[in-house]
Amino acid sequence: MTEQKPTVHELNARRMLCPLPVIRTQDKIKTLSSGEILRVICTDPGVKADIPTWCRINGHLVLKIEEKHQEIHVTIEVGNE
Amino acid sequence: MLATRAIQDQGIHVEGINFYTGFCVEGHTHAIRRKDTDKEKRNNALWVAEQLGIKLHIIDVIEEYKEVLINPKHGYGQHLNPCLDCKIFMVNKAQAWAWMEENQFDFIITGEVIGQRPKSQRKATMPIIARESGADDRLLRPLCAKNLPPTLPEREGWVDREKLFKFGGRSRKPQMELAAKFGFTEYSQPAGGCCFLTDQSYSDKLGDLWRTRGSKNYDLDDIMLLKVGRHLRPKPHFKIIVSREEGENNYLSGYKNEYTTVSILSHKGPIALLDGDFSRESSEEDMNLAASIVARFSQGRDEKEVKVLIRQKDGVERELMVTPLPQSSVDPDWYV
Repeated sequence: MTEQKPTVHELNARRMLCPLPVIRTQDKIKTLSSGEILRVICTDPGVKADIPTWCRINGHLVLKIEEKHQEIHVTIEVGNE
Repeated sequence: MLATRAIQDQGIHVEGINFYTGFCVEGHTHAIRRKDTDKEKRNNALWVAEQLGIKLHIIDVIEEYKEVLINPKHGYGQHLNPCLDCKIFMVNKAQAWAWMEENQFDFIITGEVIGQRPKSQRKATMPIIARESGADDRLLRPLCAKNLPPTLPEREGWVDREKLFKFGGRSRKPQMELAAKFGFTEYSQPAGGCCFLTDQSYSDKLGDLWRTRGSKNYDLDDIMLLKVGRHLRPKPHFKIIVSREEGENNYLSGYKNEYTTVSILSHKGPIALLDGDFSRESSEEDMNLAASIVARFSQGRDEKEVKVLIRQKDGVERELMVTPLPQSSVDPDWYV
């Protein structure tokens, strides 16, 4: 039986400065279920520290942080809050 | 941080709320400017929450805060800081959130200390905040509780008043000693001033924005742009925002579909946003003046001519040769 891949949701947080990327991530994750994946696309380098910190505090897992063409992509697995 | 630890030490569960008004100082300019890329960027509220092991709820109040800033019942402080109204607003929002059925908290704490800040943290204003926010005696200030009448949590025995503190005055030494006792070796700036509205330069720019628009309304982009670049108003009907370095160049470039921009083609230089009325008869003259001012800030400042690109919001571009304005012709009064 093939395991279903979790749904990947995308959040555009380009041009937002701290803490707006975190607030939008927070608000989006409230609408998701445990195990779902959220990719947040940002331009504020502060998110490299802020989103992982927020995730640790609230029980979500940062799967990876990638820098692509002046953007920062943070991929998060939604945990159980 | 200290107030929370003092209450946690009494076995009480605490969670944090951070309200984002749009005027927070920390992080933004460091996030934008290249020269600060080596500085660790962090959101201090999140960092503190992690140090304390508490949840933090960050709430966007940008829209609601407009009324507090535009029309503060208790007036402004030294600049455009409506500190007392701001505190009342935040405690009101906190208590509304806290008492909600899904949250079910019993009281609110703050790190306020009597005499610590000139506008909102005074003996006369502390009771006003409690009363006008609606929190009343469910608002506890652990660091100066013994200088205030006992609150409901103290009277009910939820909190042991004897273990609270009696701090007062402007000095932060008692807090720093308490931080050391708690084992905190790092903390954000204790003196406050973490809001742009307490900053004279920022307040001058905001006041200028309101005056020229004839209205105190604003949106998030307005208040963000006030934190970036040099702002010059060479004529009453337009302003130029000139980037100061590469990071600000990148940031201002993001606004090219909302503003007419001027950039330098022949030399290294800034990008500038033009904010104002360019529909007048004098608009060509105004545009040339704006371009020559921007050229002044480029590496071509001492050349006879510099090539600039003027790009309108709709994408229409034209190139122009301009003479950089001499330093002596840049009127200091133009700086907002």
